[in-house]
Amino acid sequence: MSFLARHPVLRLIASPQHLWRTVSLGLKTIWLHKLRSFLTALGVVFGVASVVAMLAIGEGASHEAQEQIKKLGSQNIILESVKPPDSQGGAAETRSMVIEYGLTARDIEQIRRTVPGISIVVPSRILTEIIWNLDRKVDGQIGGVLPIYPQMRNRRMLLGRFISDLEQQERLPVCVLNQSAAAKLFPLDTPTGKSVRVRGYYYKITGVIEDETKQGGGGGGGSSSSNSTAQIFIPDTTLNDQFGETFFRYKTGGFEAEKVAFHEAVVRVNDTAQVMSRAEAIKQILTTNHKKEDWRMIVPIELLRQAERTKQIFSIVLGSIAAISLLVGGIGIMNIMLASVTERTREIGIRRALGARQADIVLQFLIETTLLAGVGGVIGVVVGLAIPIAVSHFAGVTTVVKAWAPALAFSISVLTGIAFGIYPARRAARMNPVEALRHE
Amino acid sequence: MTESQSSPIIKLVDVRKSYQMGALTTQVVQGISLDIHAGEYVCIMGPSGCGKSTLLNLLGCLDQPTSGDYFLGGKNVAHLDDDALSEVRCRNLGFIFQSYNLIQQLTVIENIAVPLYYRGASDKEMREKAERLAAQVGLSHRLHHKPNELSGGQQQRVAIARALVNDPLVILADEATGNLDSKSGQEILGIFDELNAQGKTLVFVTHDERMVRRCKRIVRLEDGVIAHDIPGGPAAPALAAAA
Ligand SMILES: Nc1ncnc2c1ncn2[C@@H]1O[C@H](COP(=O)(O)OP(=O)(O)O)[C@@H](O)[C@H]1O
Ligand SMILES: [Mg+2]
Repeated sequence: MSFLARHPVLRLIASPQHLWRTVSLGLKTIWLHKLRSFLTALGVVFGVASVVAMLAIGEGASHEAQEQIKKLGSQNIILESVKPPDSQGGAAETRSMVIEYGLTARDIEQIRRTVPGISIVVPSRILTEIIWNLDRKVDGQIGGVLPIYPQMRNRRMLLGRFISDLEQQERLPVCVLNQSAAAKLFPLDTPTGKSVRVRGYYYKITGVIEDETKQGGGGGGGSSSSNSTAQIFIPDTTLNDQFGETFFRYKTGGFEAEKVAFHEAVVRVNDTAQVMSRAEAIKQILTTNHKKEDWRMIVPIELLRQAERTKQIFSIVLGSIAAISLLVGGIGIMNIMLASVTERTREIGIRRALGARQADIVLQFLIETTLLAGVGGVIGVVVGLAIPIAVSHFAGVTTVVKAWAPALAFSISVLTGIAFGIYPARRAARMNPVEALRHE
Repeated sequence: MTESQSSPIIKLVDVRKSYQMGALTTQVVQGISLDIHAGEYVCIMGPSGCGKSTLLNLLGCLDQPTSGDYFLGGKNVAHLDDDALSEVRCRNLGFIFQSYNLIQQLTVIENIAVPLYYRGASDKEMREKAERLAAQVGLSHRLHHKPNELSGGQQQRVAIARALVNDPLVILADEATGNLDSKSGQEILGIFDELNAQGKTLVFVTHDERMVRRCKRIVRLEDGVIAHDIPGGPAAPALAAAA
């Protein structure tokens, strides 16, 4: 039993004083060879730093994608009208023609009637126009929407209120500005209660809504912030009354006319689990109705799934890089420790002659490698945390540092130190004391 | 008293040590039986290569005999495992080497405390004992110096303090004065005399005639066996050489 009580590992655990003594001996030895220790730990520093930094950047990208998708609504299916590619190239004849494309009232009606379990369809129309406040102007979009629009798209009101049901029914000339439009047209005063002008029509402002989050391309590492295009929203009924169904747009070489019934529609599916099957049903309706590729469907939940898959791939790649760099770091440590064991053969012999057991020697060297890797790990975490901050600052990319990431990277570095320290430490401990003492 | 006097601190019974080198077996220690009692001051002498260091390593439990028994303080240590041998070295034996063998990165006081460290002593005990022993060998003013800042004689005094720190049964030394100039050697010999006078048991391998004159007993080895076992004293060097 006295053997157990005297076992170096147990003694280390039982006595903080003894632990500290052993650790401080290790630190002393590391400090004695500052440059060598630093160079040895460098492999671990890079390994840990890259893990922490890339985790933060990866997590940031996925976080951003998820935020965007959340804004789009995971129960939603978004339909958009797209100008078909073949109508853009036509030279002489298209200039005079009215291009008709996109979602139609028939599509919307059919979806509403035949697809079960969807609560609402919100058609909206978007025009590119110049928006005026007195002599201040901004290029922007005017959208005809339903009063439920903010809830559907998860957009918060910053000031005032959105368009009311009554205003929509009465086809009133009221509007809501987005933040960008408000900032550009009313830089100094509150816009609510005032009016803006579009093509000679005046709209009374009832409120300001936050900017839309841009949809990242494909969901994964989509680069985006908020969409800063100036927008105003008016009741869809008002838009139809005032602008009709055909819109003209100025284009290089002449005016271009296009007729689009709905630029966008949002379908909300009651049951999240049904979103994909409903999307499939809607896709079939639209494919049957449209000969041309003049519509597009965005399913946020599918984007979310894609984002998750991207994140997964990212994690695998990251994990491999981390594993490789830590492996390299670990081999570096082992290499140096083997050299150090040879160099300190005499010291090992002395310690053995003075009563050190093999376990004492193992522990001494193991603590040294662990400290080396641990110090490398700490430096690596600090560097790894600095990189995302710099990236965020200079590249404007969102980064998210999860608390577990530095902790994980640090633990792995310590484990690397232990794993790669065991062999040199055992080799040191197993040396014959007599031969070790004779070593020059 | 008679009881303790009659039982030796070291008792070797037909101890042999051979080294296997490929197909070749070298017999280095070829059947040594030897009793050493408490308070003795023994010099092991003999020509180079006769097996003195090998014998001392066996006595120091750094190595184990191929056959035979070794009783240290009444306990047979010839067949102990590595951990038990380490413990015996730690508690019962003190080593002094020709080349001092201090740990370079440790200070004087830390070097002296190493055997206490492996015995699991507290910080307080380590500090107090190490300081006391440093004072005993006259190094109180060098406690926080590193070995490379000390002279050879001073380093050997640190080694002596270190050998004494766990109050061992026996102090073993291999050519302790071999690397020292005559003045430092003289000082070290003075310390050994003092220790022996205090009742410490000393077993030293040496070529130093001055040490041979001071010791109480001379064991002369030749080809791995004891050739002579004679008393030490002023006339001993001549005697040993003549024998
Ligand atoms: N580890 C070993 N392997 C083989 N032969 C050894 C070993 N150690 C010592 N010897 C041999 O044993 C003999 C005695 O060596 P040693 O005890 O060092 O002699 P001394 O100290 O008396 O000069 C020498 O011939 C030496 O070559
Ligand atoms: Mg020798």
